[in-house]
Amino acid sequence: MFEEYLNLAVKAIFIENMALTFFLGMCSFLAVSKKVETAVGLGLAVIFVLTVTVPANNLIQTHLLSEGSLSWLSPEFADVDLTFLNLLCFIGTIAAMVQLVEMTTDRFFPALHATLGIFLPLIAVNCAILGGSLFMVERDYDFGESVVFGLGSGIGWFLAIVALASIRERLRYSNVPHGLRGLGMTFIVTGLMAFGFMAFGGIQL
Amino acid sequence: MAVKKSEAVLDPLWNNNPIALQVLGICSALAVTTKMETSLVMCVAVICVLTLSNLTISLLRHQIPNSIRIIVQLTVIASLVIVTDQILKAYVFEISKQLSVFVGLIITNCIIMGRAEAFAMQNPPSRAILDGIGNGLGYSAILMATAVLRELFGSGKLYGYSILPTVSEGGWYLPNGLMLLSPAAFFIIGGLIWALRVWKPAQVEMDG
Repeated sequence: MFEEYLNLAVKAIFIENMALTFFLGMCSFLAVSKKVETAVGLGLAVIFVLTVTVPANNLIQTHLLSEGSLSWLSPEFADVDLTFLNLLCFIGTIAAMVQLVEMTTDRFFPALHATLGIFLPLIAVNCAILGGSLFMVERDYDFGESVVFGLGSGIGWFLAIVALASIRERLRYSNVPHGLRGLGMTFIVTGLMAFGFMAFGGIQL
Repeated sequence: MAVKKSEAVLDPLWNNNPIALQVLGICSALAVTTKMETSLVMCVAVICVLTLSNLTISLLRHQIPNSIRIIVQLTVIASLVIVTDQILKAYVFEISKQLSVFVGLIITNCIIMGRAEAFAMQNPPSRAILDGIGNGLGYSAILMATAVLRELFGSGKLYGYSILPTVSEGGWYLPNGLMLLSPAAFFIIGGLIWALRVWKPAQVEMDG
């Protein structure tokens, strides 16, 4: 049991890294990686929100949307299939959760809120978050697995953005060709990082 | 006005490209470009959703309260994407399987949110439609260019037809497997941005 979860976590963090193998959350990945400090803030917020939303969406999917899942309400609903609504429900949950997380941290952890504050609204439209929920559905994870998967893929994304931000901070001292400065160079660096992460491919625990 | 209208469509293609300059909607651009077929379907889907969402939001712009506009925008976009997803599943099931989660991820494609927020909220429907088409085309231009390079050099084909006969099929071309892997997408888009900025030096970033 434990081994299975560990395997899933390692897979989500390294082998199938959200940012570097599935290219999810790229927009903020490239835009907010100029400084390590802000990258850490955004990364933490992503870990947090992924860990909350993937299990929450898992419950919604299994108990409300998938075929026959409404039969607990009344036997008439036994063949109702609402899976086509999942995109709308997921994005709603994510937006609501982000709002909730923002209010909770503001009330109970003001220091954390000060660090994460500006990033939380950004996260509602970060594709890594919605992607996490969609992968959960596609791969049929149960509740326990989706907690591990959410946490793992969050950590993977965090590692990737912090690494990229560190590289970009050093990059300022190098002489990059004119047209390649900024965005172009960031793409090339990310490509090289994706290369590095490919070395993890095929690892089985 | 006529000049301006054509600008609304053409500007996002070269001068203000959503991917190369505004850094929007990159996620899907990288993931679906191993084959021209999948990228073409993706481009059509994005252009449709973008145009329709721009139109809807522009029509509703006086009714949407400012404080909940993000939720309203997301709901409009999500509904459009659900329709697109169902259509794709019904008519091109194979491709929809290959695109997997990336059709759903059109919802969080920042181009669509970005244009709704930055353009459709302030402009009349006719302009918003043109802006949607233009940005959709700008996105498609980069996507298709990447897909052509990746499919041609990665598997010697264009749109599924053999152009460079590969060794495994008795030809002479040894396919470059790197092109089909994820890092190649970054290198190609990085290169495209470089080329675009050499051509249009005004887009060069001086710092960083």
